[in-house]
Amino acid sequence: MKMGRKTANAVRLTFSYLILIAIAVCAVYPALWVLLSSLRPGTALFSPTLIPDQFTLAHYKELFTSPSFRYGNWYVNTLKIAMLTMIFSTILTTLSMYALSRFRFRGRKNILTTMLVLGMFPGFMSMIAIFIFLLQLNLLDTHTALVLVYSAGSVLGGFVVKGFYDTIPRSLDEAARIDGASHLQVFIKIMLPLSRPMLTYVALTSFTGAWVDFIFARLVLRSKENWTLAVGMWDLVSSYQNSNFTLFAAGAVLIAIPITLLFVFLQRFLVQGLMSGASKG
Amino acid sequence: MNRHRSTAAILSALFMGLGQWYNRQFIKGLILFAVEAAALAYFIPNFGRAVWGVVTLGEKTQGFEKVGRVMVRVEGDHSIFLLISGLITIFLFAIFLVFYISNIRDAYQTGKLRETGVKPAGFRQTWEHVMDQKFPHLMLTIPAIGVLFLTIMPIVFMVMLAFTNYASPDHIPPNKLVDWVGFQTFANLLTLKTWSHTFIGVFTWTIIWAVIATVTTYFGGILVALLIESKGVRFKKLWRTIFIIPYAIPQLISLLVMRNLFNGQFGPINQYLGYFGLDRLPWLTDPFWAKVTVILVNMWVGIPVSMVLILGVLTAIPKDLYEAADVDGATGFQKFKIITIPFILFSTAPILIMQFAGNINNFNVIFLLTNGDPVKGDYQFAGSTDLLVTWLYKLTLNNSQFNMASAIGIIIFLIVASFSIWNYRRSRSFKEEDMIQ
Repeated sequence: MKMGRKTANAVRLTFSYLILIAIAVCAVYPALWVLLSSLRPGTALFSPTLIPDQFTLAHYKELFTSPSFRYGNWYVNTLKIAMLTMIFSTILTTLSMYALSRFRFRGRKNILTTMLVLGMFPGFMSMIAIFIFLLQLNLLDTHTALVLVYSAGSVLGGFVVKGFYDTIPRSLDEAARIDGASHLQVFIKIMLPLSRPMLTYVALTSFTGAWVDFIFARLVLRSKENWTLAVGMWDLVSSYQNSNFTLFAAGAVLIAIPITLLFVFLQRFLVQGLMSGASKG
Repeated sequence: MNRHRSTAAILSALFMGLGQWYNRQFIKGLILFAVEAAALAYFIPNFGRAVWGVVTLGEKTQGFEKVGRVMVRVEGDHSIFLLISGLITIFLFAIFLVFYISNIRDAYQTGKLRETGVKPAGFRQTWEHVMDQKFPHLMLTIPAIGVLFLTIMPIVFMVMLAFTNYASPDHIPPNKLVDWVGFQTFANLLTLKTWSHTFIGVFTWTIIWAVIATVTTYFGGILVALLIESKGVRFKKLWRTIFIIPYAIPQLISLLVMRNLFNGQFGPINQYLGYFGLDRLPWLTDPFWAKVTVILVNMWVGIPVSMVLILGVLTAIPKDLYEAADVDGATGFQKFKIITIPFILFSTAPILIMQFAGNINNFNVIFLLTNGDPVKGDYQFAGSTDLLVTWLYKLTLNNSQFNMASAIGIIIFLIVASFSIWNYRRSRSFKEEDMIQ
């Protein structure tokens, strides 16, 4: 009897491991494939084997040296835009959500409802209007425009942050207020250190948002030297995908690496952010 | 006994800041005075034209006029620019009105205080009051302005477009004017054969897609999470990190890569099918298989997120529930059925509904993977895998059917909003019931 149970258990475990391995292969395969493709000589999409016979870095070199791409240029642009967006949206989101979570003032409920409703419109319904608005402000083809639009948009997604501040006990800031701290001091000295996981979450999501957005960036950025990586990548795909797949693969790897590393290392914060967003429904 | 309050209020109503001066708040008065001066300088030349522009959408078509003996080209009104700049001016005017009214209120309140013999606050005190009592308003001002002009104004604009005839080929400025047409666009969308056929087709697929995509990723996530957490499986952290990889790769990249993986001619997937002696499949070119492909790829993208959420829920299940079940002699399967599954379903139900709403608007997967293709001949500007959102995108950017696009946008909004409100109510009632604590 006891032996029977043991074998049943072993069978179950082997089965579990087999499924886990199968899923792991599915999860990793596309990434591995594009990485190996980017190291393969030649330009073709088709390859007889997964692992190439010889490795080359020529495609990476071409991205940075070929005159028709300005990959280095785009990389700098994207870094700049993503960093600035990250800084501004983190400040704006945390401060405004702190205010919405902590203070009871007239119109607070209305603001929350408005945020909820605005989030339900398909985002690019507003593209045309923003385009003309930027045109009138003379901001087309500038990076300022992108940072402005991304940061202003990030506030609407701040429910997760508000939910997080709701869970921090009020007695903490009340005690500090009694000791004579101003609201700003309470926020900087007490709330900010406590909200490290949330700050990381907001910073990370706004950074990636700006890093990968191509829809809006393509609309605003007109001249090639101002492009971001995502726009350049999109152009690469639409014009070269079939004729020069390995070059596309190299570009894809370079765009994905920073984001993927950030995500994997900051996993813990990400999970916390997702969870606290979830419990608020 | 002076009637300070009415004097101050009337003065402030006449011109912003006067009442504050009367109350001897000179710096505040000066600032308010400057605000009104600037506002007058802006609104007097612009406001009338703004209202005219929004109401009429322009009256003069671009054309040629005879001046003396030669024909001269005359610039017409650009309806769309008129509409947007009109909206901006009206929004600015609304902000100014808020200022104006609170300026009168402030003068009135201070006057009232003076009647009771209190000395009006100096500028320093006012500043401190703002930092202390009005802190949340202060913090929300900048984001509010940004949202007002970059989100609300554009949405109002697009909603208004649904009631115009702004569409190619007959009503594209600057050559032609755009007019208000009431509900004509919605009527066309639902009654004109070409449009209604596309609309019903795309709408049906959107709903089918949202249901399948949500269900597959959700139960896939549960399955993977339970596998990792099941008794005896080792390296739990390693598995979790591997399975999170699809979530960590930016969708822009992973979906474009997938497009190549599933390439019918040269893609590796068909290549492997060939090794097993199977036929190549038209993954992206056949209407049916394209739908299968988007759902499969969406599972790859979406399961990690559900997995992360459900792993979190699993750790939150109180251990004493299982211990109590052990004492009662429950088998593993019974524990799973009676404790684990209800707990997961219960605490993730609101997310499930939000994911459903999100999938209705899932632009990335469709746009990057298939671009809505394969093309369907009897559709208006749409393909077999197009969702309402991607159709909206195509109508706006490729086909200049702006009024149709915004009508569809409004419909999407109505669908998503009704689900979200229903969800919100439900989760509220859940919270009040306190079924799990």
